[in-house]
Amino acid sequence: MSTAAPTRWTEAAMHKRVRRRYASERLFRLVGLAAVSISVLFLAFLLYTMAAKGLGGFVHYEAALPIDFTKSDLFLDPATLRGPDAQQNVAAADLEGAISKAAVTAYGPAAAEMFGDGAVSTLTKAIVGNPDMLNGRTTLWLPVGSKIDIAAKDEGDDKAELLVNAARSKHALRRTFNLPFLTSSDSTDPSSAGVWGALKGSFLTIIVTMLLAFPVGVLAAVYLEEFAPRNRWTDAIEVSINNLAAVPSIIFGLLGLAVFLNIMNLPRSAPLVGGLTLALMTMPVIVIAGRNAIKTVPPSIRDAALGVGASKMQVTFHHVLPLALPGIMTGTIIGLARALGETAPLLMIGMRAFIAAPPGGFTQPATVLPVQIFLWSDEVDRGFVEKTSAAIIVLLLFMLLMNGLAIYLRNRFERRW
Amino acid sequence: MSLGIALVAVLILALAAAWLGYARGRRLRTVGRLHSLPVYHGAYAALWAAIPALLLLAAWAPIQSRMVDQAVLSSPEGRALPAFEMQRQSILSEAREIASGEREQGFNPQSSTLAPRIRDAQSRYAVMGGAVALLVAMIAAGLALRRSAPQFRARTGVERWLMIVLLAASLIAILTTLGILLSLMFESLRFFKLYPLGSFLFGTEWSPQTAIRADQAGSSGAFGQVPLLWGTFFIGGIIAMIVAVPLGLMSAIYLTQYAHPRVRAWLKPILEILAGVPTVVYGYFAALTVAPVVRDFGLWLGVTSASSESALAAGSVMGVMIIPFISSMADDSIAAVPQAMRDGSLAMGATKSETIRKVLLPAALPGVIGGVLLAVSRAIGETMIVVMAAGLAANLTANPFASVTTVTVQIVQLLTGDQEFDSAKTLAAFALGLALFLITLLLNLIALHVVRRYREQYE
Repeated sequence: MSTAAPTRWTEAAMHKRVRRRYASERLFRLVGLAAVSISVLFLAFLLYTMAAKGLGGFVHYEAALPIDFTKSDLFLDPATLRGPDAQQNVAAADLEGAISKAAVTAYGPAAAEMFGDGAVSTLTKAIVGNPDMLNGRTTLWLPVGSKIDIAAKDEGDDKAELLVNAARSKHALRRTFNLPFLTSSDSTDPSSAGVWGALKGSFLTIIVTMLLAFPVGVLAAVYLEEFAPRNRWTDAIEVSINNLAAVPSIIFGLLGLAVFLNIMNLPRSAPLVGGLTLALMTMPVIVIAGRNAIKTVPPSIRDAALGVGASKMQVTFHHVLPLALPGIMTGTIIGLARALGETAPLLMIGMRAFIAAPPGGFTQPATVLPVQIFLWSDEVDRGFVEKTSAAIIVLLLFMLLMNGLAIYLRNRFERRW
Repeated sequence: MSLGIALVAVLILALAAAWLGYARGRRLRTVGRLHSLPVYHGAYAALWAAIPALLLLAAWAPIQSRMVDQAVLSSPEGRALPAFEMQRQSILSEAREIASGEREQGFNPQSSTLAPRIRDAQSRYAVMGGAVALLVAMIAAGLALRRSAPQFRARTGVERWLMIVLLAASLIAILTTLGILLSLMFESLRFFKLYPLGSFLFGTEWSPQTAIRADQAGSSGAFGQVPLLWGTFFIGGIIAMIVAVPLGLMSAIYLTQYAHPRVRAWLKPILEILAGVPTVVYGYFAALTVAPVVRDFGLWLGVTSASSESALAAGSVMGVMIIPFISSMADDSIAAVPQAMRDGSLAMGATKSETIRKVLLPAALPGVIGGVLLAVSRAIGETMIVVMAAGLAANLTANPFASVTTVTVQIVQLLTGDQEFDSAKTLAAFALGLALFLITLLLNLIALHVVRRYREQYE
């Protein structure tokens, strides 16, 4: 500021300058508000896009299909369908052909491919549940194929639109909750693809991660905060923990590939290996959260316990750790939520295979929800666009649930000293 | 599986030792005053019974699997296996799965005949290892129980074991770091035996499409990492930061300096949600919603080469993901500026924004720069957004509408195909991983150093 600048309030230049300064103050404030708003709007737009595209995935259309089993060539004898092999016997029959034939009779020659895999599994269930229907004529509500489903949701091609209109005019089309999406596994046919297999895989993986990362992380935090001597080893441990927390997740995938798969010969694509890999990634997060939680326990608690004769170990495990536990739990849940949404390291250890059955155990091939989303996003079939967004909604709900739990724990149990 | 039985047996033995020790401790209580509570006598015996035996079992498991392989390969069925290493390994792993009951039948008929051999050898060696472990557990428990006496310091013994467990838990972090470094370096060294280090570091061509057979054309492949590094830096270091730094910094300033506390209590968690959304969701959003808009915008600007897999789409979405990270780092550094400096500036008649721009920000700058470096390190290690939105073509271009590829994209590409493990392609992924690890490590160290030095200044 030059010395000649007028500082008397009677001068017009002074007023002008102050006005300018206040204007820039308001502008600055507006820019700040805009920055926050852009972030919030982006989040809202992201969530809105996913919801708009994905909510359709939770409903699907069913069409009424009259089937005359006496005229179909299924060669199924109701008598053989009462034993434990019923499911297999029905699956061996050409249900797809029977459905296609019935569809052509009901809706004309264009309807040969009106129903997909979803209809076959619904029909299988219906026949196993009531074998006697094979002796007569029934009308069943079956889920329509992916193309028809898209057309019924108003964006399909002309041929499918015609079928939809035909079915609508007969009141033979209805919209229901897509239960198979939540109970079935991956499929090549979008109409019968579901998230259950991936959800179960995620669940098993997170259990392994939790069982390994939580105890190790808490014990390491206790050691570093309460017992570690100040020396070079402790420094090395601290540096490596802080560094591990910032290592890109894909590097952990490479580690898992090189060590767990190639050296230790653990099964590929298994939740066990995925859980191990994610545990190494989550452990530093838990250690850091644990140390912060232990730090907040006031020294007076330790002094009091030591004063009445407790050993250092007793002070830590009887008094400090229980008081720090809510904070540690909060950090752990947030770390596990991050592990739940992680994709890249699991791609490295082969959890990207097409797996049509939910995993039966920790060593069976499995996939997880984020990887399933990634795989579906690569599919060419238009029916998968909706499925991908619907799976994203499921994933986001789980993240929300876990973070909500963490916030609840923090508010409910955390103490202010 | 029979090692599992040995494991359960050791644990049961440890429980029995715990009960015996506890009972002994209680009996001793009637004799005289105990140094340690009976519980510690029990825990002392249990720890001695369990830990050495469990360590033995853990060490035995890999030895056993190697010995089983040797026994199986030297059996008549094993010698009938094809000599070709890969084929033999695939039959062996199939047979292993049949033996453990994971599958009924292998693709290869030989695996079914091998399976009973494997099962035999496994149970033989497991009985050996298990018996030794149980013996060790019994001896150790016996010795521990014999030491029980009124003046015996069982608690000190238990605490010594606990201390070892605590130390072991914290050493896992070092082991993980070492594991990362060693496995990456080991595989990278194998890669550099196949491909010269100089061409990897400074080569400007990246086309890893090696042919299956050595006599086919283009069998060598080119592994020059420069275009990948440029793409990584272009997306994560430039485009993402152009989005994230101003937005994150201004968000932090608005939230800490201007916003009403009640508004802040709502807005801050909402910003944090941005950091919690899984990256695969951002990737899908970038590929499906942002990329077409960016391409159309590029075409409208007259960039004819605008690609639907552009650096701009991936980078800008990544930038949004980084906003909360930058914002919270900036928040911390601004909060660390002493109140006296702010008060001094305000008392001189400066407006709030002048105080922020001319006093707070310059004072907080080192912290902010450290935070930005950490954010860059996070952005260049980010995988899913670029895998889904940034494309595969390794271009050395500064055109944000063109398709570029990154280190992480190529790692995923190289390792998710059907390749044998020893080929140059898969090994190249580890060399890229090593490069990525070293770069992020360097950025983190510099950033932490900057942040720490700056903190010391004000403390």
